[in-house]
Amino acid sequence: MSTSLSLRPNILSRLRGFRVNNFRLYLGIFIIFVVVAMAVLASHLTKFDPISQDLLNTLQGGTAEHFLGTDNLGRDVWSRLLYGGRTDLFLASIAVLAPFVIGTVVGAICGYFSGWVDTLVMRIADVVVAFPFYVLVISLVFILGNGVGSIFIAISLVSWVAYARIVRAETMIVRSKEFIEAAQTGGISNQKIITRHVLPNVITQAIVYAMSDIVLNIGVIVTLSYFGLGIVPPTPDWGRMIAEGQQFLAGGYYALTILPALAVVITSLGLSFIGDGLAVALRVKR
Amino acid sequence: MNAMNSGAMTSNVLEVEDLQIVARIAGRDYIAIDNISFSVAEGHARGLVGESGSGKSLTLRAIMGLLPANVRVTSGVIKFQGQDLLAEGGKYRKSVLGTGISMVFQEPSVALNPVMKIGKQITDSLMQHSDLNRKQARERAIDLMDQVGIREASKRVDDFPFQLSGGMKQRVMIAAALACGPELILCDEPTTALDVTIQAQIIELFKKLRSELKVSLLYVTHDIGVVAELCDAISVMYSGRIVEQADDINKVFSHPRHPYTKALLSAIPRIDGPIQRLKGLDNTGPSLTQRSQELAPPMTNVEPGWQIAPFEFADLDALWSASSHE
Repeated sequence: MSTSLSLRPNILSRLRGFRVNNFRLYLGIFIIFVVVAMAVLASHLTKFDPISQDLLNTLQGGTAEHFLGTDNLGRDVWSRLLYGGRTDLFLASIAVLAPFVIGTVVGAICGYFSGWVDTLVMRIADVVVAFPFYVLVISLVFILGNGVGSIFIAISLVSWVAYARIVRAETMIVRSKEFIEAAQTGGISNQKIITRHVLPNVITQAIVYAMSDIVLNIGVIVTLSYFGLGIVPPTPDWGRMIAEGQQFLAGGYYALTILPALAVVITSLGLSFIGDGLAVALRVKR
Repeated sequence: MNAMNSGAMTSNVLEVEDLQIVARIAGRDYIAIDNISFSVAEGHARGLVGESGSGKSLTLRAIMGLLPANVRVTSGVIKFQGQDLLAEGGKYRKSVLGTGISMVFQEPSVALNPVMKIGKQITDSLMQHSDLNRKQARERAIDLMDQVGIREASKRVDDFPFQLSGGMKQRVMIAAALACGPELILCDEPTTALDVTIQAQIIELFKKLRSELKVSLLYVTHDIGVVAELCDAISVMYSGRIVEQADDINKVFSHPRHPYTKALLSAIPRIDGPIQRLKGLDNTGPSLTQRSQELAPPMTNVEPGWQIAPFEFADLDALWSASSHE
């Protein structure tokens, strides 16, 4: 989209004004950097295939070979954590893009033109919001069937609403600004006014929300696979690891459940820190 | 009544005839502007003067098609280069915005996009209407910035608005208005938000542009001194009507006929004179919802190219009687 181009000077100019003591932002970036690096470099950080079973060495604690142990099928927990992170992070980030783009475009158009299109779209948004988020996503995945594709579609169908509402509200504020009128008197087309003048002024809010939305998405994806929906085994994934490890809690094999849960918590914390930090750093001075 | 505007049709860049604008407030229609007729001759500047709420900005907005949703033009013609701007839902207007008519706003700090480089804003309209590539547009922006007196234009072209002073921002606005080489620039109090020395510089700039580019101006202001310096024609507005107008500004300044014009002129503060209130006027004009809804009576010619409205007019009467109590 052409918006990313005009966005650049905006972000850069704001970056220059970053507060040095935005500790949360840096902590968040550090955590996410480490988590992403581990997921990306998974193949270099472990020599074990996350799905190859070793039925002779099941449910081992930490050994010299498998330093986080193995699960009930003898799969290396460390490499399953790394590859599981790869699945969840990738899916969560991808699933943030479509709602981000759809919601931002719809919100900007509604806010800029208002009128009956705006009324219609916002009523649809009301309907979507009327259902609890998880109930809607789970039933959508249930209808669409298991698989990465259905998770993607389900999340997109539900979470564009938040972006649309945020961007619409911001657009309505920006639209009343004189520089929009100035652009109109210059004979600039509505489409260009939206992409060049409105979006760069409203997109920061959507970006900040996207950070917390990734957290939400990780939650959704992990929850879905915990319930046996969405990601199909044997693809490694934190939710399924938690679900499978659960059976062995009573036997004292806590690590099988706690480690992937910890991974979810740490990743979510990191993203939340980035979201909060960005909200402070990009705060629009009005 | 249309014949009131002197001068041949062809030499007028802008002609406004019998303009009436109605505002809908709380379910009721109020006449905001009535019986407005004036023209701007090619290469000339007309000052539209009046106190706050007299309808001068609304007139500009009607020309530009920037009226709020509850305000509409109910009758009248606005012609640019002889063609009706309001015809076919403003189709013709759309084609001349930026290229034929452009506008300079009152507050340069809010009329510039805070997150866009000024060079890009200057050529934004130009890029819409021509096939220039980015590099050419940048060159053009630097040229325009030179033209409006921004020093070291090639260094400042990539600045953002917040890096510029108010006066510089207004120069950027003017450069943007000039970008497509318009015949007419509408100015909505472009110096009101600036301090006096900068104001003088901007007026000098407008004078220079007038003589160099032969661009016509419709200059809205409440500062009659600015009009005296910059314009050759004047229309004085009060309470949504024109009370006096002349194609030769000196006539109005030396022998104002209408009592409101007289009062307005005598209200210009003089550095050597005593501090005084508006003579004969105790109040500002009534607010829109309290205005008389009677239609404006036709204006009469003092001489060709100089018209005044009848002195009896309900909204004015209120002011006179208020002052007579003194």
